[in-house]
Amino acid sequence: MSVIVDYYNYWVVVFLMMAGFYTVIAANNLVKKIVGLNIFQTSVFILYISMGKVSGGSAPIVAEGITTYSNPLPHVLILTAIVVGVATTAVGLALVVRIKRAYGTVEENEFKDKDDLI
Amino acid sequence: MAELINLLLLGMLAVTALGVVFLKDLFAVVMLFGIYSFLSALIFVNLDAVDVAFTEAAVGAGISTVLMLGTLSLTGRQEKMSGHKTLLPLLVVVTTGAALIYGTLDMPPFGNPENPVHQHVALRYIQDSPQEIGLPNMVTSVLASYRGFDTLGETAVVFAAAIGVLSLLGLPKQDRAAIESGLESHLVLKVVAKIIIPLIILFALYVQFHGDYGPGGGFQAGVIAAAAIILYALVFGLPLATQVVQPGLLKALAALGVLLYAGTGVASFFLGGNFLDYNVLAADPVAGQHLGIILIELGVGITVFAAMLSIFYAFASKAERKNIQ
Amino acid sequence: MILETISNILLIVGAFFALTGAYGLFKFPDFFTRVHAASVTDSIATILLFLGLILRTDFDLVAVKLVFVLVFVLLTSPTASHALAKSARHGGVATLAESNNKDNTDG
Repeated sequence: MSVIVDYYNYWVVVFLMMAGFYTVIAANNLVKKIVGLNIFQTSVFILYISMGKVSGGSAPIVAEGITTYSNPLPHVLILTAIVVGVATTAVGLALVVRIKRAYGTVEENEFKDKDDLI
Repeated sequence: MAELINLLLLGMLAVTALGVVFLKDLFAVVMLFGIYSFLSALIFVNLDAVDVAFTEAAVGAGISTVLMLGTLSLTGRQEKMSGHKTLLPLLVVVTTGAALIYGTLDMPPFGNPENPVHQHVALRYIQDSPQEIGLPNMVTSVLASYRGFDTLGETAVVFAAAIGVLSLLGLPKQDRAAIESGLESHLVLKVVAKIIIPLIILFALYVQFHGDYGPGGGFQAGVIAAAAIILYALVFGLPLATQVVQPGLLKALAALGVLLYAGTGVASFFLGGNFLDYNVLAADPVAGQHLGIILIELGVGITVFAAMLSIFYAFASKAERKNIQ
Repeated sequence: MILETISNILLIVGAFFALTGAYGLFKFPDFFTRVHAASVTDSIATILLFLGLILRTDFDLVAVKLVFVLVFVLLTSPTASHALAKSARHGGVATLAESNNKDNTDG
């Protein structure tokens, strides 16, 4: 029982990570691949934040009467990672738009066929 | 109780992720991804990461959903059936997942204060930063002061990503002829948008300058301010929005933010300190820290605002051009 | 003590309305009735939940912030429901009565 309480967060993280990973390698559509990549990314965020949590702690903002705070360091790392993540996602989506313009499709197998023709 | 809520939210997150994997309608996939982001924001609140939750709600659920919808309008909303075999990917995923689950058993238990991650620098951040920096919000202290180099790098990445998107898609041209586009028939939407857009911008400013004392800061404020202008562009049309906040101005602002950040660092070493050492910016070290943090948070806010908005402009102008054709 | 009881009642009733809204979203037959169910959650449930939460504060800055959030939600969520229904109408989604009529004439 204590094993479940100790580790369920990490297990769900692994599940989400694999769901994202599966979408990236199995999906045919490039937009869906990017969504999968984002799911993967968010699972990593949850992993970091889970590690920073202290049982019985509170948010790392100084307040009266509170002695236990959760670890602020993972929060900082993930906060910036989220914004950088959306910026890089935007670059990925822009590439998808350009691929659509160049090949007329965003389905992976279709533009591979066109590459073979060239 | 908190554990129970956590478990419930994580379960919902897993179900949403499964929906994303198996749905073929990409519009539904993007919407589910927005829900997924909101759910993860709730989990972050539950795990005490209020700043992170704030950012995830504004960025993950707001901006990235809009960008993905913009992409879908250009690429089509249905995923075609693929001739891919699903067996091999499934096998790879299950094997990797099993290995990772086996790996988690060696990790320190969740939430234990004795975990190694809480023993290293975190102690100093929690115990000393309120005196050294003088700010109640430790996340802001660590983000802007202790890890100032890191944040400078992240801001530069956001700036570089905006340049990348602009060079791939290009900014919209200002077009006075098409100024009357937008949602003419949605009168209610227009009236409400006019009321709440100033409120959103006011809230962004509050988040920007209150970030030292509560959750918030430059990253969140920049995204919220960009969201206000995005709402304006969606309701009143892109041509009008580009008249209000001009694309050329955004390019200058994006660079200005990074310059302000790096300039604060340069100023600190001309005053005799190290790069990004704010103690020397004022006579009193704590006052110097306050000044430095306000300046660099402002730089971050300006860059994030300009980068997010110009990325949106780039996508929206492509979508609008396609609709006209 | 009395305040806490009132707050509890408000929160429970609010949660009940939120639940009925979610239930209606699944059970109702067509798009427009579903939007109606969802907007019930947006309006009455949020009002009750926020009132319940305000009674639990010390009537300080937190209460003021909650009032602000409540006003904001009350402004935006009916607008969102309206925009959703209107776009659906423009996009040609038929109401329940209309699709019933069509079925009858076809049959």
